[in-house]
Amino acid sequence: MKILVCISNVPDTTTKIKFVESDTRLDTTGIQWVINPWDELSLTRALELKDDASSGVKSVTVAHVGPLTSEPTIRKALAIGADDAFRVNGLPADSYFVAGQLAAVIRKEQFDVILCGIESSDYNGSMTGGMIAEFLGIPSVSAVSEIKIENGSPVLTREIDGGREVVSVPMPFVAIVQKGIAKEPRIASMRGIMTARTKPVKIYEPEAAESLTGILVFEKPSPRAACKFIDPDNAGQLITLLQNEAKVI
Amino acid sequence: MSVLVYTQNWDGKFKKSSFELVSYGSKVAELLNTSLVCLSIGTVSDEELKRLGTWGAKKVIRVDGDYCKILDNQVYTDIIAQAAIKEDARVIIISDNSEGKAVAPRLSVRLKAGMASGVSKLPLSLDPFTVYKRTYSGNAFAHMVINTEIKIITLSQNSFNLVETPENASIENYNITVDSSLAKTVVKDSQKQTGKLLLTDAELVVSGGRGMKSPDNWGPLVELAGALGAATACSRPVSDEGWRSHEEHTGQTGKVIAPNLYIAVGISGATQHLAGVSSSKCIVAVNTDKDAPIFEVAQYGIVGDAQKVLPKLVEAVKDLKK
Repeated sequence: MKILVCISNVPDTTTKIKFVESDTRLDTTGIQWVINPWDELSLTRALELKDDASSGVKSVTVAHVGPLTSEPTIRKALAIGADDAFRVNGLPADSYFVAGQLAAVIRKEQFDVILCGIESSDYNGSMTGGMIAEFLGIPSVSAVSEIKIENGSPVLTREIDGGREVVSVPMPFVAIVQKGIAKEPRIASMRGIMTARTKPVKIYEPEAAESLTGILVFEKPSPRAACKFIDPDNAGQLITLLQNEAKVI
Repeated sequence: MSVLVYTQNWDGKFKKSSFELVSYGSKVAELLNTSLVCLSIGTVSDEELKRLGTWGAKKVIRVDGDYCKILDNQVYTDIIAQAAIKEDARVIIISDNSEGKAVAPRLSVRLKAGMASGVSKLPLSLDPFTVYKRTYSGNAFAHMVINTEIKIITLSQNSFNLVETPENASIENYNITVDSSLAKTVVKDSQKQTGKLLLTDAELVVSGGRGMKSPDNWGPLVELAGALGAATACSRPVSDEGWRSHEEHTGQTGKVIAPNLYIAVGISGATQHLAGVSSSKCIVAVNTDKDAPIFEVAQYGIVGDAQKVLPKLVEAVKDLKK
């Protein structure tokens, strides 16, 4: 079984988001780039499965669409333990473009299980995984919080409103992965960092593909009014304010 | 030409979020000078479908069959795509919830329709078709242009007010053929809590963080939630420690919610937590540290110990309800 983990390169989640060029572009000055948190958890789970010899997982590959500048993020994934990687050398214009590029490579390379994080922390699209599956005409399971392999077949738990379902679909499939899939992201070891330097990263040039959407401008949320403090000894006053002033109860 | 809204049902019933979608769809249809069509998949009674009329649905189409019984993303995509083509839909509106996220991206590829997710306002412009969507986990919003003839929007929950525009909705049963080979999802087991107020549906939420100090201290918080008719939530450390269930975790990697009222008790307000709750209409913070970042986003704040403050709040709510 070959697992592919699709990774996105995003600003560290504690970054103070600012924009430049009339708010059309993210100010990247001083930004630490990291593997998108859900993708990192997917990678962790894929490696856990591979560690278990009985799972039948032979390799874990990571895939990324982005320019050369995102190479450090790919190396980080290799340091954490992925066997190899491929990068489509293009600017990720929108989810449709990214998914189209990844689908094209998956057709050539063939994987049994494709893992995608449920969203990226930059554009919050929640689209790439489902789009890849539709491009390839293969099943997708969304909001997956657990993956096990039983007798050589993946068994998935997906979160539904107010509960969960244990499901299976035939391989190849795309699992769109959320919180719960792994407890903590795996950290690269010193040895991992050393070996990552020589692991293969295959570069594909992007296929002609279009984007269907574009961003005109970004906007920061409107600033909130200053906090009104209430005397803790008279805390009950809050409830009166919520009813008569904020009118939310 | 039409605007198509996919109204998901829960065991044959709609929720407030369904009516929100219909209200939104009705406004978009008005802007585009066209009519609104609602699509329902699965077994839903005529009476329930008629309720969509209250919010502006003139026509409701129902697709039902054995293939609708479980959510198979390919099957549902096929149904919505067929309905969209038949109704000549130009805008397709779906909820930004787990089912919406599972199906809408597939539909985007299937129809080659540009998609924007997490939309929270009416379109900012019709030409070019521009929507307002959440980015950077709520730290920014983007004006996103969709360039295709058909547009797909997933609407954030609790982001649009219900607008009553009563119509007598006509119900049409669709007989469509679904390629049975598409249905590949097998459900082996299912656990579902019924009757519990879901965090993502709740208009009022009371949430606890590490400042609650111990899992044994949750009594007054749960009591406050009960008195208010609110759902309970928690921050990530609390669910990681196992003090509360993972289903209650709100924040960047947990649930993203936008209730009318979010009461954060003993939560400092780290960026990752705020990412999940910053769209709440009114935030209240109770914290012993007056410099905690949560006070920067809170409308009301109480600097004090949760265990002392919570009983006072419970008492005040009970007085109010008398």
